[in-house]
Amino acid sequence: MASGSHPGFERLSARTPSGPARLDGDAVRDHARTRSTGAPTAGVLFPGALSPDVPSPDVPSPDVPSPDVADEDSAVPEYVTDLHLDRVIDELLAGFEAYELRPLYLRRLRDEAEIDYRQEVFSDLERRPLLDDVRRFSRAMATVRSHLARAARVAAQPHQAARWHLDAVQTYAGAVVALQEDLAKADPRSRALRSFAAHLTGYVESAGFQKMVEEGASVQERLSSVRYILHLRELTVTVGRDEGEPDYAAQVLATFDRFRYAASRDYRIPLRDWDDMNHVESQILDRVALLFPDAFDALAEFQCRWKDFLDPPVVTFDREVQFYVSYLQWMEPLRSSGLSFSFPEVSRRLGRSTAVDAFDAALATTLVRAGRQVVTNDFSLSEPERILVVTGPNQGGKSTFARMFGQLHHLASLGCPVPGTRARLQLSDAIFTHFARQEDLSVTGGRLEDDLQRMRRILSEATAESVLVVNEIFTSTTLRDAAFLGRKVLERVTELGTLCVYVTFVDELASLNESTVSMVSTVVPEDPSTRTYKVLRRDADGRSYAIAIARKHGLTYDQLTRSLAR
Amino acid sequence: MTVRLMTPDRDFDLASPLPPHEPELTADLGLTTLWAAMAEGDRYLWDVARVVTLRGCLDPATIRYRQEVLSDFRSHPEVARELYVISSEATVGKKRIHGMLRRTPTSTLRHSVDALKVLVGHLRRLREVAAAHDGTWHSAGARRFFATVLAQLDDGYFAQIERHLTLLRFKDGQWMSAQLAQGNRGTAYTLRVPSDVRARRQRRFRTTDHRAYAFDVHPRDEAGLEALGDLRDRATNLVANALAQSTDRIAAYFTQLRTEVAFFVACLNVERRLEAAGVPTCRPEPVGLQPAPILSARGLYDGVLALRTCGRVIGNDLHADGRTLVMITGANSGGKSTFLRSIGLSHLQLQCGMHVCAERYRASVCDGLFTHFAREEDVTMRSGRFDEELGRMSRITRQLSPHSMLLCNESFTGTSEWEGSEIARQVVRALVGHGVRVVFVTHLYDLAQSLYEQATGPTLFLRAERLDDGSRSFRILEGAPLPTSYGPDLYERMGGWLPRPRRT
Repeated sequence: MASGSHPGFERLSARTPSGPARLDGDAVRDHARTRSTGAPTAGVLFPGALSPDVPSPDVPSPDVPSPDVADEDSAVPEYVTDLHLDRVIDELLAGFEAYELRPLYLRRLRDEAEIDYRQEVFSDLERRPLLDDVRRFSRAMATVRSHLARAARVAAQPHQAARWHLDAVQTYAGAVVALQEDLAKADPRSRALRSFAAHLTGYVESAGFQKMVEEGASVQERLSSVRYILHLRELTVTVGRDEGEPDYAAQVLATFDRFRYAASRDYRIPLRDWDDMNHVESQILDRVALLFPDAFDALAEFQCRWKDFLDPPVVTFDREVQFYVSYLQWMEPLRSSGLSFSFPEVSRRLGRSTAVDAFDAALATTLVRAGRQVVTNDFSLSEPERILVVTGPNQGGKSTFARMFGQLHHLASLGCPVPGTRARLQLSDAIFTHFARQEDLSVTGGRLEDDLQRMRRILSEATAESVLVVNEIFTSTTLRDAAFLGRKVLERVTELGTLCVYVTFVDELASLNESTVSMVSTVVPEDPSTRTYKVLRRDADGRSYAIAIARKHGLTYDQLTRSLAR
Repeated sequence: MTVRLMTPDRDFDLASPLPPHEPELTADLGLTTLWAAMAEGDRYLWDVARVVTLRGCLDPATIRYRQEVLSDFRSHPEVARELYVISSEATVGKKRIHGMLRRTPTSTLRHSVDALKVLVGHLRRLREVAAAHDGTWHSAGARRFFATVLAQLDDGYFAQIERHLTLLRFKDGQWMSAQLAQGNRGTAYTLRVPSDVRARRQRRFRTTDHRAYAFDVHPRDEAGLEALGDLRDRATNLVANALAQSTDRIAAYFTQLRTEVAFFVACLNVERRLEAAGVPTCRPEPVGLQPAPILSARGLYDGVLALRTCGRVIGNDLHADGRTLVMITGANSGGKSTFLRSIGLSHLQLQCGMHVCAERYRASVCDGLFTHFAREEDVTMRSGRFDEELGRMSRITRQLSPHSMLLCNESFTGTSEWEGSEIARQVVRALVGHGVRVVFVTHLYDLAQSLYEQATGPTLFLRAERLDDGSRSFRILEGAPLPTSYGPDLYERMGGWLPRPRRT
């Protein structure tokens, strides 16, 4: 592995811990923007000198939008929608919106080494305790940001602001220490996590961090031992020290304890906590501060001393790791329903292309959520085979199979685990799809021409390293024409050497040349109206399906001759 | 304080689910007639009667415990009825008080104080009843119950409740403790009872140097007043909850008393009706779960039929101890179904602690009583009758245990005799082999005869008697199956078919 290609990462530990102290609700995003507009900064979990959400200028990737326009629908490549990858990405990002990870899920990598680098991280995090540890850390960091936002909002009330700041520091320190211990215990194998773990250990052991933790704990201790008593009578509020008077509710409960029957419900009324303190509470707090001057002085001093406490690499890690966490989190329900994921062997040029027990990620997500069974499929192509021609009954899973094929290549090129127990996939320079469109009336010349125009564009750009998914085109024409045009397309694809799935109703295309492999969607033999959604490698034979249906209705030749003879 | 009149170690739970086959059992045994007699128009008594009869207990000791309490109340029916009135009033009153819409801790507290005042009145009445009948009880259940009432509800206790009712008026304001949470916000507001010292000092604070720790909210500062109300609510929340839950618990005690006493009132009601009809009832003898079942009776009759016909019923004897299978054959309209129902009904009565409709009755308990009765042809039924029958039987078999009892009345007659017999034979053999008690009324001769010839297990064969003149005695006697079901004599009695009109 070309570890030398990650200079930014090696620089990590050398960086000075002076970073953005301001971290409000948008801090994560702001941090990302600082990097994309300012000088190149290293990612903690991604290789390369540039942050991963910025396209590298030296790698042409026409189908990947720049991050500035990533939010516009028009900028999402066509194939992402056709393959239902947009749905998968929406699922992946649910709950992770704040981290702005979408560009990461759209940008395919072109370098095997980069993919290895990410697969290593996935592989580490997949080991269960570490993933949970990281999630816990991220939740804590979200709390830290929210506490700091509160501190900023009540800056005019020093007793409150200082406490929110203290709470933020306490949460942050706890999270960092826990993550450091978790990483040390997990003993990660990946270069990224090892390097970050080393940095974290150094940071946690530094004198500054230790001092901050100690002082914070001491101030916290003092404040949490504060007990006071309020007396409310008409409009007068008096604050005093607690002298251990008995709890009245407990007295009431004790009196009626002899009735040994359970109460029917909880009568406590959920009282809403207003976002910030009201002026009565503030006045009370001011008097509590008067009653306990030592604790409140210590608090003020702590805030002054530890104004900027966030370590920039820790902040960066918190964002970048969400790419991995979100993907693994999405995988979880699919895995527990019995589906498999695996790390694909990825290469620019493969003699053999395989996937075993793979599935359509978007459909599987929906089916598993509904508690339904997911059918898995395999494919295997060895030289000189490059084209999977899929035929068979309608609604038999042909499109799903085609999408699955495309999805596998996209996900593999992100460095992610892919659906299936085993996969060997080509690292593609581009993914093209040609799916049947809704009739677009603004296009002149009719649908067939439109289809052909689109195909022409694709075939002019595709290379031997591209992936092409074609789903049931030329349906607006006769069988003869479709066969002719299909043959033309496939001959060209064969010439280019493009890796291709071609879904068609034209059986004869399945045995066109030595590049084509015939795959057929299948039905239950006894009941031809039941689809198995299995797509199997076998000769195309549209008639066998028709005969089965006929038999069910007693209309086969044999049946008809017998019954007519009586 | 617990009630425990029905079970020594547990409260009777009216809400726990009934067996899923409850509708079949109710319809097949005609239980609504029994419940109506037990309820005498009282909806609550109906509900309790229904649940208690359908959910019998398995433990003979518990059955005897109920039988003894019932016997005590039989001697003092007015006490049972008085307890039922007090507990009904206490629970109905409580419902009305808590039917309010918008709740705050303060309003919850106010309503709870009102509810408590009412409930204290009912507690006093309960104590009076207990005091008036002290020493009259023989059963363990009644003795324990009344002793508990007298011991727990003494004068000191009522004084303690009155003290709370005074304190809860908060004449001197409210004291609440608190601590600091996130953002130094006050939390864990807890209402405190002030010491006398504290209360005195507080009065002084208002005019001296401690003024620094006090402040006033301006009477026109609406947000400030709201904030004060909010603090009060926070402090009151736990106390209001404690008091509301306490009144709940007292009400729950009365609800429990109402439920359990309702059962005895309902038993007394039905006994009165049967006595008026001139038929005997007896205290049955329960036996625990047995591998070889016990079932013997003298003068067993169908109580439901007796209630419907004001007592014109025939009693039968039954000696089925040790018999897992009882096959009943014989004349149509000969009283077979009635006899089968009387077995089912008496078993339910036995297991819930009631008196049984017989002169003498002794039986081992079963952990589930099931009925599979041939249904009237139902035109709305989508699937065929036989299909429906088999579906019903398959649902039953999924619930059976080796200690269950199954009553079959002309099962598997929705098809040909041969087919029905074959299926029935396989079902019966399998169930009896599993240990399930089966009482099977059938006119399927093929079935009865084959079981008679190759009786695999301990089987009792009974037959509806037909007198020599062809009339029925409605008596069920021991006897082997006979080849016909006496259809011919029914036919004879109605005078045969009308002659075919002669063509002219």
